[in-house]
Amino acid sequence: MSKKITALTGNEAVAYAIKQINPDVMAAYPITPQTALVQKFSEYVADGLVDTEFITVESEHSAMSACVGAAAAGGRVMTATSANGLALMFEIVYIAASNRLPIVMSVVNRALSAPINIHCDHSDTMGARDSGWIQLYSENAQEAYDNTIQAIRIAEHMEVRLPVMVMQDGFITSHGIDCVEFIDDEKVTKFIGKYQPRYPLLDVNHPVTYGPLDLYDYYFEHKRQQAEAIKKSQKVVVEVGNEFKQISGREYGLFEEYHLSDAERAIVALSSTAGTAKQVVDELRAKGEKVGLLKLRLFRPFPYQEIIQALSHLKAIAILDRSDSFGGFGGPLFTEIRSALLESEKIPQNVNYIYGLGGRDINQVDITSIYADLENIVKKGKVEERIKYLGVRE
Amino acid sequence: MKTVINNYIREEMFPNIWCPGCGNGIVLGAIIRAIDDLKWDKNKIAMISGIGCSSRITGYVDFCTMNTTHGRALPFATGIKMANPNMKVVVVMGDGDCSAIGGNHFIHAARRNIDLTAIIINNMIYGMTGGQYSPLTPTKKFGTTAPYGNIDQSFDLVKLAKAAGASYVARGTVYHVRQLTSLIKKALNKKGFSVVEIISDCPISYGKMNKMRTVVDMLKWIKDMSVSKKAWEDLSPEEKKEKFVIGEFLDIDRPDYTELYSKVMEEAQKMGVSR
Ligand SMILES: Cc1ncc(C[n+]2csc(CCOP(=O)(O)OP(=O)(O)O)c2C)c(N)n1
Ligand code: SF4
Repeated sequence: MSKKITALTGNEAVAYAIKQINPDVMAAYPITPQTALVQKFSEYVADGLVDTEFITVESEHSAMSACVGAAAAGGRVMTATSANGLALMFEIVYIAASNRLPIVMSVVNRALSAPINIHCDHSDTMGARDSGWIQLYSENAQEAYDNTIQAIRIAEHMEVRLPVMVMQDGFITSHGIDCVEFIDDEKVTKFIGKYQPRYPLLDVNHPVTYGPLDLYDYYFEHKRQQAEAIKKSQKVVVEVGNEFKQISGREYGLFEEYHLSDAERAIVALSSTAGTAKQVVDELRAKGEKVGLLKLRLFRPFPYQEIIQALSHLKAIAILDRSDSFGGFGGPLFTEIRSALLESEKIPQNVNYIYGLGGRDINQVDITSIYADLENIVKKGKVEERIKYLGVRE
Repeated sequence: MKTVINNYIREEMFPNIWCPGCGNGIVLGAIIRAIDDLKWDKNKIAMISGIGCSSRITGYVDFCTMNTTHGRALPFATGIKMANPNMKVVVVMGDGDCSAIGGNHFIHAARRNIDLTAIIINNMIYGMTGGQYSPLTPTKKFGTTAPYGNIDQSFDLVKLAKAAGASYVARGTVYHVRQLTSLIKKALNKKGFSVVEIISDCPISYGKMNKMRTVVDMLKWIKDMSVSKKAWEDLSPEEKKEKFVIGEFLDIDRPDYTELYSKVMEEAQKMGVSR
């Protein structure tokens, strides 16, 4: 069978994945840069190509609320948003996870206000990192498409039953035209399977209640169980990735290692920046430099043991954060990785780069300078400035 | 050529981002002319907007301005007015901003009758995000999320504002510019919550989706669909469909919130309430 490659944007790719998933309910509110995704999907709805109940609500707070209602009722539910939309959902984002509702949300990463900015950074989803949602970051349109399909399986796994966010970089991926290989409809349908709701409200013969008052008597136990559930999802992410390879030929794990095993210096990054970094790795490798890259796919749950294994042989690493944790000791990815490395017998030299806020471009020259910085650190045997801001006027 | 408009704008911010022929520019002009007529000190005016094409207005005017978040301009403005009741506070919102995501704030600002002027640029669509239908898109009209026509019933902002407790309520259009300027002027001068809904054109999103591709088509449509209060009364329900009545609908005097608030403070002081 010949492969069918289509040229389209990240938003269109995900809209197509949602069409193939054919969820029972989709509730959404428009926000740049997510808009085109939902708009494309609304065309599928209007043209009768899906069976989805498409609810055009009056805000994101209502969008996530409608999703929670529909998921508790027993439906397969999806939504999409960006930046301030996600921020406005925040209250219900926690409720979705705590009620163990396997909603899948596509997030097109964008900077948060103020000042108003519509371009990419990860401050929106990093703000939701403690909400109990599983987080998958995608490098390009293909990954955004693939991750969306896999997210359904991960979320709905009986041992998980948690919501999943699938990220792609605003404009860079969502609006850039890319080559995407689709999987046949029947294969997708078979892969995701029929949804088996657990404790659906519509099962009127077995009445249940969602979200009642739960004080110091049991709240803590429920939270403890939630912590366990998201931990377990890591194994499921790998299993689903392996199965997905059988229908797609594409490989998905917890992260991607690019020339990492024999590298001395490496960068850790999320999403589209990893694509740019690969280019730089190729160039530097051609010059004989031992550089590599770790592109993290799964940020929540954080696969710390595997990351230690993948990184501890290095001499120096630069962790790239496309969001800041104001007042913290470095960005979210940095603090996570540095803390994980404390478990390692050998801790590589490490440095944090905060970059690309509000869509500030990061290019090959920038990334080359980071590898050069790592070379310096290796030579000197120490890090002079731990947390750096890349490409900002100061 | 310099006009009175130049005295109130941040020239360095031009050209603006609005599409050629967008009604937002006409509204900007009308607001400035109304303020110029009133001879207000521009440094004592706070203009607050939400998010949307229309809300970009706060970038262009030389008042104290704040561009807030989608739907929340009124609560921000309420805070400003409460902190400094001497400030003239004008709020500019889009129809989505005011009646969808911010609908709750709109009715509560009216209920409190806080001394703000709310100007709603109603282009009947979410302009900035590319033409999704809004709560003010008329039934059967098209939006990118309603490719086969909108089935929702739209709000009547005039009735909503009246019922919720506003002091002054009017509706104008970007076609009837002189009338619009005088409606805005009255609203600005009114003590209490004053509302001017402005039927405006968005040729790019609304026009394109609704077979009015040019600015002229849109303005003609607005002209043809607008009916004065007097003429409105003679129309049958069938004839009223698709049309909008324009003019002044409410002008009453009721104590505004800042006034009531300072009174209660005064009384509490007199009573010597201890903490
Ligand atoms: C919380 C949040 N949700 C969604 C958006 C995206 N958004 C920006 S403007 C807009 C609608 C604009 O329509 P309207 O308010 O009618 O103003 P117009 O652009 O037509 O002037 C939306 C949905 C946002 N900025 N913030
Ligand atoms: S999209 Fe519509 S509302 Fe926005 S600037 Fe253009 S014409 Fe005006």
